[in-house]
Amino acid sequence: MNKTIKYKINAKAILVMSYLLVAVFLITGCANDDTQTVANFTKLVLQDEFDTDGALNNAIWNYEIGTGENGWGNNELQYYTDRTENITVQNDVLIITARKESFNGSSYTSARIITKGEQAYGRYEARIRLPYGQGIWPAFWLLGADCGPAVIWPQCGEIDIMEYRGQEPTTIHGSVHGNGFSGGEAITKSYSLLNDRFDTGFHVFGIEWAPEYINYYVDDVLYNQITPADVPGEWVFDHPFKIIINLAVGGSFVGAPNIETIFPQTMLIDYVRVYKK
Amino acid sequence: MKTIKNSYLKITLLLGVIFITTISCEREVSEDIEFATFPKNDEVFVDGFSGGLQYWPFGGSKLDAFSVDNETKYQGSASMRFDVPNYGDPEGAYAGAVFPDATGRDLSDFDALTFWAKASQASTINEIGFGADFEENKYLVTKQNLRISTNWQKYTIPIPDAYKLTLEKGMFWYAEGPDENGNGYSFWIDELKFEKLGTIAQPQPAIFDGEDVVLKSFTGAIIEITGTQTFNLASGINETVSAAPSYFTFSSTDPDVARVSELGIVSIVGAGSAKITASLGGVKAKGSLNVEVSGTFETAPVPTRNPSDVISIFSDTYTNVPVDFFNGYWEPYQTTQSTNFTVDGNNMISYTDFNFVGNQFANPTVNATEMPNLHLNMYIPDEVPANMDFLITIVDFGADGAEGGGDDTREQVFFDKAIWTANTWITLEFPITLANKNNIGLIIYENINFSSLKNFYLDNIYFYK
Repeated sequence: MNKTIKYKINAKAILVMSYLLVAVFLITGCANDDTQTVANFTKLVLQDEFDTDGALNNAIWNYEIGTGENGWGNNELQYYTDRTENITVQNDVLIITARKESFNGSSYTSARIITKGEQAYGRYEARIRLPYGQGIWPAFWLLGADCGPAVIWPQCGEIDIMEYRGQEPTTIHGSVHGNGFSGGEAITKSYSLLNDRFDTGFHVFGIEWAPEYINYYVDDVLYNQITPADVPGEWVFDHPFKIIINLAVGGSFVGAPNIETIFPQTMLIDYVRVYKK
Repeated sequence: MKTIKNSYLKITLLLGVIFITTISCEREVSEDIEFATFPKNDEVFVDGFSGGLQYWPFGGSKLDAFSVDNETKYQGSASMRFDVPNYGDPEGAYAGAVFPDATGRDLSDFDALTFWAKASQASTINEIGFGADFEENKYLVTKQNLRISTNWQKYTIPIPDAYKLTLEKGMFWYAEGPDENGNGYSFWIDELKFEKLGTIAQPQPAIFDGEDVVLKSFTGAIIEITGTQTFNLASGINETVSAAPSYFTFSSTDPDVARVSELGIVSIVGAGSAKITASLGGVKAKGSLNVEVSGTFETAPVPTRNPSDVISIFSDTYTNVPVDFFNGYWEPYQTTQSTNFTVDGNNMISYTDFNFVGNQFANPTVNATEMPNLHLNMYIPDEVPANMDFLITIVDFGADGAEGGGDDTREQVFFDKAIWTANTWITLEFPITLANKNNIGLIIYENINFSSLKNFYLDNIYFYK
């Protein structure tokens, strides 16, 4: 019984202290009116929980095969395949595996998938455990559905929900690309975990994209908002986009793998969900 | 009763421990028993010695190399200052110490020892880590060759497996000598503490430097395992530290051939082959040891000569004369290492990394005038190198009974390659033709003409008639 009493005393002390803290917090919080709401859109319109072992759901996804042009525009080193060695669904997760192997003239293999459907605006969210190591470049991103010879990149628009350098295991990057702000000049904000990293557990990466803004969040933390006023060019984010998930090896964003990079590396995707308002 | 016990525990840990012990004696152990734990204090040296921390310099080191510096510090009021002596400093050849906490602490909630450091010149600290306690050093962790610069920078030494460290006394240790020019220097360490960084990940443990070692061995042999742990840090850098064998779990595919203790000692106990592997914290370690044991080691033939016909240098059969050394280490050219080993009570000399080596017995010298022949048994394990060329030199120290002095005489005996066979004892016997053999003091064995013999064993070295 003594123990209980003692605990109660402690609890009271803590309570008093936390009242004080809350009071201070509320004053500043109210003054700036920046109450944080991570996401507002709740109507689920697309969902892949990856709960059927084996191949990808081909009603939702297409594979993108090969090396694209000039390593998918980034001097990436991998050859994307649809082989189970590179992409498979097991134990309720989508597994994308980057391997070091000679394949059709490339030194690495991996996978890249793109949605068949497209949508303008919405909340896009995926729960992912990332790989690690120098030269490893996974991404969860949106690309303008009209990208092609008629509307060339970056005019078609690109929204990077999550990009990550394997050599920086605690940091991800969220970006938008358009005319005048693409590649190295993209509008980007980085988000770093304190006392945790992205390759040891699953984290939720999401954006909420409306005509007036794109909000970026990781888990329950809203870390950036990009509005038309923030981009030094045309706001090219008012038309349908497709979702791409890929695991690149090498390329201009990360540099090549080195002797310490361990292969294979796996990117685990627990789910992809898309919401409308 | 249990509730009351707990209330006392809150008052003082010491009392609590006593109560637990007492109550446990009175009553049977219930499943709700709470074990006393050791302090989880994270601080080692932040602005002064943390509670319980002690300073024990190594013998032979400069005892006052460590001091508390209130001028130079990363933050707070003080740092640890280490003054590495110059080469030849009479007060000590190097700086090195263990900082233990005699009570011990529970470090199992942490994942790294961290500190800020800088030095008076860019340098490389030879060894730095924790787990040294001047006792077993059971969970010793060492970062070799830590590079430090002249700016304050944070360093991280990961804990190979914190679950093992529920009672650790070794909070910190280091050893560092003068730089390559023989100059001493100073370095400072501040904010030395254990932390839960949460970013120490992707373990890659290894034994034998990650190599798959194949070794021919024999019953009775002992092999020590060395291990490392590598973690990927928040910086993306892979940090490797030496991890004591007790962090690992070892296994042998055939315990009738090779057994491994938790201290990483492999004992060869029978014929056959066995593979030793390890894991650390549930992660399989890279590297392994494959031992191929041909069986009980064949000992050299037991000499049968009458003891009165023999002057023995090294033998279990005869009484040996005083020997100065079996491996006079002649710097800088000699590479040979020697160990004596015993199988079934029979002593043998094992030479490894052989290039040349001497057996000296000059106190007193041997008068072999009446025993004008030399006998020895030699065993070459594995294989005889194709370029084997072997020379034995007998040195008589002359009337002065000491090496040099202008009166030494020597006899060189070259051996034909054809006489050698691997993995068996061969007997070498030859007459000593020196004119004077009444002050023999040295036998030298050497590779000549680039012979690449590396390992052999010797036994039954004696003069006879």
